[in-house]
Amino acid sequence: MIELKNICYDAKDGNSKEILKDISLTFNENKITVITGPNGSGKSTLAKILMGILKPSSGEIWYNGKNITNYTIDQRAKLGFSFGFQQPITFKGLTVKDLLDIASNKKNTLSVACEYLSKVGLCAKDYINRQIDNKLSGGELKRIEIAMVLAKNGEVNIFDEPEAGIDLWSFEQLIKIFKEQNSTSIIISHQSKIIDIADRVILLKNGKVEHIGTKEQVMPLIEQQKCKKLKESEI
Amino acid sequence: MNEITKDLLEQVANLHDIPQGAFNIRENGKALARQNTNEIEIISKKDKDGIDIVVQPNTKNKSVHIPVIVSVGGFDDLVYNDFYIGDNSDILIVAGCGIHNTTDQKSSHNGIHTFHIGKNCKVKYIEKHLGIGNNNTDKILNPITNIEVGENSVFEMDTIQLGGVSYSKRDTSAELKNNATLLITEKILTTNKDIAQTNFNVNLFGYNSKVEVVSRSVAKNKSKQSFYSNLIGKNKCFGHVECDGVISESAQITSTPKIVAKNVDAELVHEAAIGKISEEQITKLMTLGLDKESAEQKIIEGFLK
Ligand SMILES: Nc1ncnc2c1ncn2[C@@H]1O[C@H](COP(=O)(O)OP(=O)(O)OP(=O)(O)O)[C@@H](O)[C@H]1O
Ligand SMILES: [Mg+2]
Repeated sequence: MIELKNICYDAKDGNSKEILKDISLTFNENKITVITGPNGSGKSTLAKILMGILKPSSGEIWYNGKNITNYTIDQRAKLGFSFGFQQPITFKGLTVKDLLDIASNKKNTLSVACEYLSKVGLCAKDYINRQIDNKLSGGELKRIEIAMVLAKNGEVNIFDEPEAGIDLWSFEQLIKIFKEQNSTSIIISHQSKIIDIADRVILLKNGKVEHIGTKEQVMPLIEQQKCKKLKESEI
Repeated sequence: MNEITKDLLEQVANLHDIPQGAFNIRENGKALARQNTNEIEIISKKDKDGIDIVVQPNTKNKSVHIPVIVSVGGFDDLVYNDFYIGDNSDILIVAGCGIHNTTDQKSSHNGIHTFHIGKNCKVKYIEKHLGIGNNNTDKILNPITNIEVGENSVFEMDTIQLGGVSYSKRDTSAELKNNATLLITEKILTTNKDIAQTNFNVNLFGYNSKVEVVSRSVAKNKSKQSFYSNLIGKNKCFGHVECDGVISESAQITSTPKIVAKNVDAELVHEAAIGKISEEQITKLMTLGLDKESAEQKIIEGFLK
């Protein structure tokens, strides 16, 4: 179980801006939580705080009864946290195979490495030795990013908008992967099909938890917002 | 052949054993071993120290290894190697030099390589440079490479300095005929107070000639590297230089681009980026479980691979 206790985050550069405001949440084992909300509401910031990429300005993070607020990224990774970036990071020289090996902390045989790639709909032999650089398309990078999370096989998997840039066919495949996972999944998404598989949906707005509930409860709120926005834009 | 020589040969020329095909192994200024084949002949020069390597036209899928070892101190090696590659050939040339110096007297190797590449050839040239032994003794390598790429030919050059070379100055110049292609990849690692200089001068004379230079350098400690490239486009041609440097501690890298277009259809690009290892890349590898130091090491390894 992960517990966020009164997490606040202020952006440090320039005039400090409150990005997350007193967020308290728990994430139960082996459940899928989808975090949704408007652009700029603080979803990625929250995910990065969970992974240790950003340090909260105040508040605590607990995992299975341990205070991990001050754990570094790699310490959390070793605890079983893993993170798929909204914008995948590119390298110069490191290959798909290299990163899969790092993620799973062993030299993968080609057939094992290929399994991870096929799961995300990539033909393994075309990609396994490719460098993870900007020559890969956005969708390809995104899928490789997900394959790395799978290879890490962690207890807590955090995905930041995993569906972005992924084509329809692979999207179905992706949903299947999320459903099959035997881990605590925290998925940031705007996609109703991903929200559909959530055990619980969190709606974030202006750095605050606006609502927590089942998709049946939260979906109407999202629809409402859409309508409100439409009306506003008509004026 | 003693263990040190064997080890160096393995590191600079990937030689585990006596190679297949033609070869010439030079140690401390003398030929240690040589082998010719039907298609490839290695002839000692009469007027100066060095060899001519003559590859017959239509030689396909063959290799020549010409590694050099300097395993003593106080020795300045100077050698001229001229390659004549006949038309329609497809060959691999592995050169490279390893200096092993445990004394307190500097040693150096100056290899002057000239390539005359015929028409319709495909040549891959690999040279690795490495210095080991006493850290405080200078190990100097100054390779000079002159390349003439013939019509419709492709010359691919991988030049790698693996570390331990206290001073190096590599001068590479090339002339490209019609439809000739030159692909250069350079990887240099410097540490301590090493100094490495690179100069590329490429003349794109030929119609549709093309050059791609990729330079990746890592400078650590107090080492200094400088990269200078000069592409001259005199015809419809394409040239691209990409220079990426990673620095740490008090190291320094200078990248100086020069591109000269003398024809409206010459398309020349120089890209350069120098900086410390990207924080984002470190973060990414840390999310996969590596600590900061291991992450940095992996990134550098990949970068120079
Ligand atoms: N370093 C920073 N300095 C200033 N503002 C920042 C900084 N980092 C993030 N922000 C701001 O914080 C807010 C939340 O950003 P965040 O990336 O968490 O949003 P998000 O909900 O993930 O949005 P999206 O749906 O567009 O991905 C945004 O308004 C963003 O501009
Ligand atoms: Mg985001």
